[in-house]
Amino acid sequence: MNIYEIFLDYYQYFLRGTRTTIVVALLTVLLGSVLGCVISLLRLSKFKPFNLFAKLYITVIRGTPMLVQLYIVYYQLDFIPYPQGSFLGVSLDRVIPCIIALSINSAAYIAEVIRAGIQAVDLGQTEAARSCGMTSGQAMRYVIMPQAVKNILPAIGNEFVTMVKETAIIQYLGVSDLMYNNGIVVTATYNPLPCYYISAIIYLALNICLGKGLNIFERRLQKSER
Amino acid sequence: MSDNVLFEIKDLHKSFGNTEVLKGINETIRRGDVVSIIGPSGSGKSTFIRCLNLLEEPTSGSIIFEGQDITKRGFDVNRHRQKVGMVFQQFNLFNNLNVLENLTISQEKVKKVSHGEAEKRALELLKRVGLSDKADAYPSQLSGGQKQRVAIARSLAMEPDVMLFDEPTSALDPEMVGEVLNVIKDLADDGITMVVVTHEMGFAKKVANRVLFMDEGMILEEGSPEDIFDDPQNPRTKEFLSKVINVI
Ligand SMILES: Nc1ncnc2c1ncn2[C@@H]1O[C@H](COP(=O)(O)OP(=O)(O)OP(=O)(O)O)[C@@H](O)[C@H]1O
Ligand SMILES: [Mg+2]
Repeated sequence: MNIYEIFLDYYQYFLRGTRTTIVVALLTVLLGSVLGCVISLLRLSKFKPFNLFAKLYITVIRGTPMLVQLYIVYYQLDFIPYPQGSFLGVSLDRVIPCIIALSINSAAYIAEVIRAGIQAVDLGQTEAARSCGMTSGQAMRYVIMPQAVKNILPAIGNEFVTMVKETAIIQYLGVSDLMYNNGIVVTATYNPLPCYYISAIIYLALNICLGKGLNIFERRLQKSER
Repeated sequence: MSDNVLFEIKDLHKSFGNTEVLKGINETIRRGDVVSIIGPSGSGKSTFIRCLNLLEEPTSGSIIFEGQDITKRGFDVNRHRQKVGMVFQQFNLFNNLNVLENLTISQEKVKKVSHGEAEKRALELLKRVGLSDKADAYPSQLSGGQKQRVAIARSLAMEPDVMLFDEPTSALDPEMVGEVLNVIKDLADDGITMVVVTHEMGFAKKVANRVLFMDEGMILEEGSPEDIFDDPQNPRTKEFLSKVINVI
């Protein structure tokens, strides 16, 4: 069986898996960004305990494998009464811990990207804003953030692309994502190589689309500035 | 205390870590004063005027502004800064905003002036600094001299009681120094109180009513421009002036 035949016979599996991968990736990127913003604000806070907590969080998350984090979240949070039922054919008590673990992970990276982007804005901008009587919140909102976003967006784009690829580990919790379905087709056909090629092409296509989307968004943003 | 006094600075000290940069400054600045601060690099001139709007927090001593000690805990720093304009060597225009917005944002967000009024005032100020045609330009499209004139207008938009200038012309190409100094001179002629750190001795001599010479964190000599430039008493003042005048 060649790659076409496998795809024609088993495309429902690949599509089903792709759908789950996209949904999980989107939710992760969303939650990860929100959590990442919070962590970066804590990290930049002058209040020591906040700052220390954020530093610790980032160090721990970046210093341990995501797969380990996934299992720890899954077993540590097993007391949570996840809603019964399933979503896209995946039981919620499996997919929710996955999204939590991936979000916690991506938040650490996104927080660092945001912090770097904010710190790259010239200190003189803050000083000028504060000298006009703005509070630090106003300076952030009207002067610093609009400039930091231009530094942050491209780097966050990279982070999103990484996240789409990293979702592949959720197969280990039995979540029926692209890699999980890839495994089913491998078992059914005894022909692994073409299956992996198909999955690779799908991941690549997803990320190319994502990259294009982010590019358009960035260009929009720059236009509105000028 | 006469109510003409704007700043009453008493025994002001400032350290960064273990280095003491200001070593006991005593000074009074009155309404209508145009004070020039001169002195060698690293003498603490910037640190001193940055203490006046609390961009630097004094280590000890007191600064009384319009009767209130601004170094006291709980003092409303943001309100104070509305009354004390600051112009930087590096201009520091808000790069994400156009010229008009640079002048309106703080009026609207800090002083809660209506948009229409803020724009009206901004346009008047742009006219005053000769940049009416640049209202829609972004900072990156302006020359250094234009940027600094916008920065001055931005400070004026808050209607401050006093303006602080930290070497406003030091980052400019020589041919643009004049246009900025002229704007500052016009403000002085209008009676706006200001404190100007400058290396432009000609300007200090012509515009200031008082000149302070700083060295190593202290004010070593002060007086009228004639006193300082024509008849300096302190040997360090003499030495400094002989050097800068040789350069010019
Ligand atoms: N944030 C800071 N941290 C540590 N040291 C500082 C800081 N700001 C200034 N200093 C030091 O304080 C001293 C005085 O600096 P300041 O900028 O006030 O001098 P200045 O008279 O304005 O010099 P210049 O003419 O070069 O601008 C310098 O030795 C400088 O290195
Ligand atoms: Mg200086």
